[in-house]
Amino acid sequence: MSENGEAIIIAENVNKTYPNGVKALRDVSLSVKKGEVVVIIGASGSGKTTFLRTINQLEYIDSGKITVDGVDVTDPKTNLTKIRAEIGMVFQHFNVFPHMSVLNNVILAQTLVKKRSRKEAEDIALEFLNKVGIADKKDDYPGNLSGGQQQRVAIARALAMNPKIMLFDEATSALDPEMVGGILDIMKSLAKEGITMVVVTHEMGFAREAADRIVFMDHGQIIEINTPDNVFTNAKSERLRQFLSQIL
Amino acid sequence: MRKADKRNKILWNVAFVIVLIGLGFSVYKASLRINYSWNWRAVPSYIIYNNVTNINSPVNGVVKGYKDGVLIIESLAKKTIKLKVAHTKLKPGSKVTQDEPVGYNSHYQPGPLLIGLIMTLKISFVSIIIALVIGFITGLMRISSNPLLKNLAITYIELIRGTPLLVQIFIVYFFIGTVFNMTRFVAGAFALAVFEGAYIAEIIRAGIQSISKGQTEASLALGMNYFQIMRYIIMPQAIKRVLPALAGQFISLVKDSSLLSIISITELTKAGREVASSTFSPFEVWFTVAALYFIMTYTLSLLDRYIERRLARNE
Repeated sequence: MSENGEAIIIAENVNKTYPNGVKALRDVSLSVKKGEVVVIIGASGSGKTTFLRTINQLEYIDSGKITVDGVDVTDPKTNLTKIRAEIGMVFQHFNVFPHMSVLNNVILAQTLVKKRSRKEAEDIALEFLNKVGIADKKDDYPGNLSGGQQQRVAIARALAMNPKIMLFDEATSALDPEMVGGILDIMKSLAKEGITMVVVTHEMGFAREAADRIVFMDHGQIIEINTPDNVFTNAKSERLRQFLSQIL
Repeated sequence: MRKADKRNKILWNVAFVIVLIGLGFSVYKASLRINYSWNWRAVPSYIIYNNVTNINSPVNGVVKGYKDGVLIIESLAKKTIKLKVAHTKLKPGSKVTQDEPVGYNSHYQPGPLLIGLIMTLKISFVSIIIALVIGFITGLMRISSNPLLKNLAITYIELIRGTPLLVQIFIVYFFIGTVFNMTRFVAGAFALAVFEGAYIAEIIRAGIQSISKGQTEASLALGMNYFQIMRYIIMPQAIKRVLPALAGQFISLVKDSSLLSIISITELTKAGREVASSTFSPFEVWFTVAALYFIMTYTLSLLDRYIERRLARNE
């Protein structure tokens, strides 16, 4: 991506301490440009998921500032529902709605939040269910689907809101190994389409292939931000080299 | 299942029936020992009975005809008199004297137990509706992060659960009922609803908290607000999960309504007491009252199972 593109996410000196005293984020600053794919890696407990969740304020912060598409989401006066509707999120545990058919999973928020008509929402839902390859299951309930299929529904549900940004929180970690590839392929094709993506993952193959930049976090801090090539062949920090040597 | 197990199961079921018969027989035997004379024949009339009214002729005269339940009599003064009589044996030409029975009317009327049963159904229904409203609101208040709402809910729930329903009925009837000039029915339904509402609140709270946080987070991430999340995501799942507990609470409510007899609401139990004391059949009456309660609660139970099965289909 262009170096001087417009920043869509700007996090400045974000700090967060959990009620149990654990410092989850220490002075995290990061800006993500429009259309950029940023992959956050790091060990468990490094704060990468916490940071991702602060972007749509599923996690509140103690100090610092986060701006998304020009809106200060950390300002208490900000209408969060509005900005959240523009940020799609895919969770580790899918969180599809078990009491609704696949189609209704994708339709619901469109009609409630985007105020689309049922017909319009259905057309859009089918378009995205097609895109993630699960349109044939539209009338099934999530309980009858595999993990991989549920995650596809969750991705379609997020995309149907036409978000400006997509957040992926370890979207493949809870999947059976044979399901991982399919989900990663969908994520890669999204990355190519130019949607802004922030991805927390343990899949180094995906990071290497799809990321514009890789962010390495450790103990609540950003240790290094680098291009994929540099991260895997020429990492600056000792801790990142150590981390990579443990998982590769 | 193994073949032997299957045979054993049948055997145990037969044993179950034998035990039931044995129990029934010992009740009968016990009643013989206290010289109780059973009189089941009178019982149906406590539920529904045929009300017969004799119709007497108001004048001396002659029967002119009988058509469509109307008896036409011509008096000696040549006046025509029409009487509504459902059953008569008089033929045209028969002479009648004043105050002589010319026939009778009959129609079925609900007996005291059925009237009591209807009152129990009415008051239970009204109470269930109010209790659900109270339960939902306080259940949501109970998990609110606002200390005012939360503490109000906790105080209500703890006070209600920590005092006997009978005492609450007295307080509502004699104090609140007097202050607000409530009728017995309103005071009774209100007392019952306030009591069961506290339990329903706890059921609703447990149901909501049993739904994984991920459901709320996914909804929030989609831009939905609190009301939408409750209405479309949390409540449908929570209610499905607590339906058996809710049904249990409704059943309790129907049974607890018997305590309202203490403030002279003539529901099933009070009706039972009245019938039992005016006849010499206390055993029959109370067994019948118990059976009527059981029919109501078992119906609720079946309804719950039916709805559960319907909901389970969509999974």
